[in-house]
Amino acid sequence: MKKNSLINQSFQNAKNEKRPALLTYTVAGDFTKKKSLEILKSISNYADICELGFPHNTPIADGGQIQTSAYRAIKNGVKINDVFSIVSNFKKSKKNKPIILMGYYNMVYQYNENKFILKCKKAKVDGLIIVDLPYPENKKFASKCKRNNINFIQLISPTTSKSRLTKIVNDSHDMIYYISMLSTTGGKLKVSAKEIIKQYQKIKNHNKSKNVVIGFGITEKTIESLKKADGLVVGSAICKEITRSIKKRQNAVTNVINLVKKLKNKIK
Amino acid sequence: MKLKKKIPLIDQHDKFGFWGGKFGGNFIPETLKKPIEDLTKEFEKLRKDQKFIKKRDFYFKNFIGSPTSFIKLENLSNYLGGAQIWAKVVSEANGGAHKIYNATVHALICKAMGKKYIIGDTGAGYAGKMLSMAAKKFGLKCKIFMGAKDIKRQKPNCDAMRKNGAEIVPVYSGSQTLVDAVSECMRYWVSNCDNTHMCVGSTVGPNIFVKICGWSTAQISRELKAQLKEKFKKVPKKLKLINCVGGGSSAYGFWSEFIDYDKKHIELIGVEAGGPKKSLLHAAPLSRNAKIGILHGAASYVCQNNEGQIHETESISAGLDYPGVSPIHCFLKDTKRARYTYATDEEALTAYQLVTKFEKLNPSLEPSHAFAETIKIAPKLSKNTILIVNSCGDAKKDRDILKERLGKN
Ligand SMILES: Cc1ncc(COP(=O)(O)O)c(C=O)c1O
Repeated sequence: MKKNSLINQSFQNAKNEKRPALLTYTVAGDFTKKKSLEILKSISNYADICELGFPHNTPIADGGQIQTSAYRAIKNGVKINDVFSIVSNFKKSKKNKPIILMGYYNMVYQYNENKFILKCKKAKVDGLIIVDLPYPENKKFASKCKRNNINFIQLISPTTSKSRLTKIVNDSHDMIYYISMLSTTGGKLKVSAKEIIKQYQKIKNHNKSKNVVIGFGITEKTIESLKKADGLVVGSAICKEITRSIKKRQNAVTNVINLVKKLKNKIK
Repeated sequence: MKLKKKIPLIDQHDKFGFWGGKFGGNFIPETLKKPIEDLTKEFEKLRKDQKFIKKRDFYFKNFIGSPTSFIKLENLSNYLGGAQIWAKVVSEANGGAHKIYNATVHALICKAMGKKYIIGDTGAGYAGKMLSMAAKKFGLKCKIFMGAKDIKRQKPNCDAMRKNGAEIVPVYSGSQTLVDAVSECMRYWVSNCDNTHMCVGSTVGPNIFVKICGWSTAQISRELKAQLKEKFKKVPKKLKLINCVGGGSSAYGFWSEFIDYDKKHIELIGVEAGGPKKSLLHAAPLSRNAKIGILHGAASYVCQNNEGQIHETESISAGLDYPGVSPIHCFLKDTKRARYTYATDEEALTAYQLVTKFEKLNPSLEPSHAFAETIKIAPKLSKNTILIVNSCGDAKKDRDILKERLGKN
């Protein structure tokens, strides 16, 4: 893998500004292919890294908000190749903004692992999160990603044992995702910020050079309390805003931009 | 890909949990790694513990009512001509179906692990009803996840769950059937795995759940083996064991003692849900050649599109209405040890009518699928062929559907 990946650079930029990196998550094709690209482009003016989800209809680790976005995207006919073309189009004007694709393993499996990685490379995808491909099952796939200059992002959770944590950190690339609590996405933050940061610090202590982000349960209300982290991920709150805007017949793109701006201001 | 002899099929997986190198495994979020590892250790410890085995056997006998009877369906055999048709009446088990074995074992494990809450999925409502019974018996708080469509069509079982003090959580996502119930149950476990034990209602899900369930239902074939020797003095020369397959827990339980036999001696026939005759939807991933995919933490044949989105399924039988199937049945299919076919809704209904006309037996819509295949093949077979159907569920729960489709109470 290249020493200075776009992902690493983004964390460095945020560090130079003495703030955590802001990572956003939206579902590709929510609520149409065109709108989803528009949302992605406009929030990337404020977000440091954009995560883009593959919509899946049996998402076992996602809560209601992201499920709603995913079902909406599937209903609108979004296919795997559309996800890649959204990324390619995005990168045409935002070539320095890292994109991380996130999804479930069945999509990769059906597409074919090698073909999938090749496609990621072509579209200039910077990283991959596969929710249901944990360590050590992900070893082979992760090293394939690495060989192709794609960051495979490992997840760590409050239930991850000490010995496992060491192995996962050793096997990780530039970024590690810490799941703040026992929850699917979109749950209410049920652990204190202090406790989350304590767990986060344990990961950092293993290897200071890894960028560790915290996600799950992060909203406008909770983001400030976790400012110490290298990065913070907001997903369900954004999906919820899209759903709300559609219901109220308001402009979802503008509303989402405003939300992301607010999130950014809280951690400046 | 090869089956091993003298090793239970549930244990014939590699270190990553795959049968035949590709079915099963653990495709789970990181959060579930630890609870699954804990459960695996606990189960491996308990199954070697003689005190635990004694306890299990005690409850199998005194709570479930083992053994269930093994009877000849004389009238049906005479009517069809050809093979002799027998039934293992597993629906006699407490609660009315085989799901009680898995539920009881899970409740015992939950107790052993010191957890007070137990959750489970259900389609036909039997897995949920049985878990609610076991929870009540052992003093556990119980939540059952069930698709909204199934809550409507399997009302008698829902009434039973509530009566036992369980909470039914309706699931409105997707097709509002079993597949969505399992997803929602797993999501709940992700959020509450620190104090809650999860029971998966069939031989599906991450590796350990396949094993626990198969280990529990295997009681059925242990009983049958003894009963065969009692009735025939030895295992008959030409034997076919016919079972419906949803997730595959009753079929595995019915077959497990007989897998080592040659298939020319003992044929294993699994019958999936073909759905309505004219519908393109079905729930028959094995017999209608679905591709391998990942569903609910395991790789198996799955009804899905070529993008990996899970297909909606359709079947008159809520218990069989599931797009995936147990990895161990995929293994049995690929090694050609078992043969899989399907019956349509209409064929299952016709079979139900015929069986209830001739016999004092009231099989639910799930085993009626197995009877449909039996009725199809029996007339073509010789008198010394013994067909045994696992009549694994009672039709009380199907009251409303049968009334609507057949105009009968
Ligand atoms: C009576 C009955 N038979 C069969 C099934 C199908 O499940 P399995 O294939 O795991 O036995 C069910 C599931 O609910 C059931 O209730």
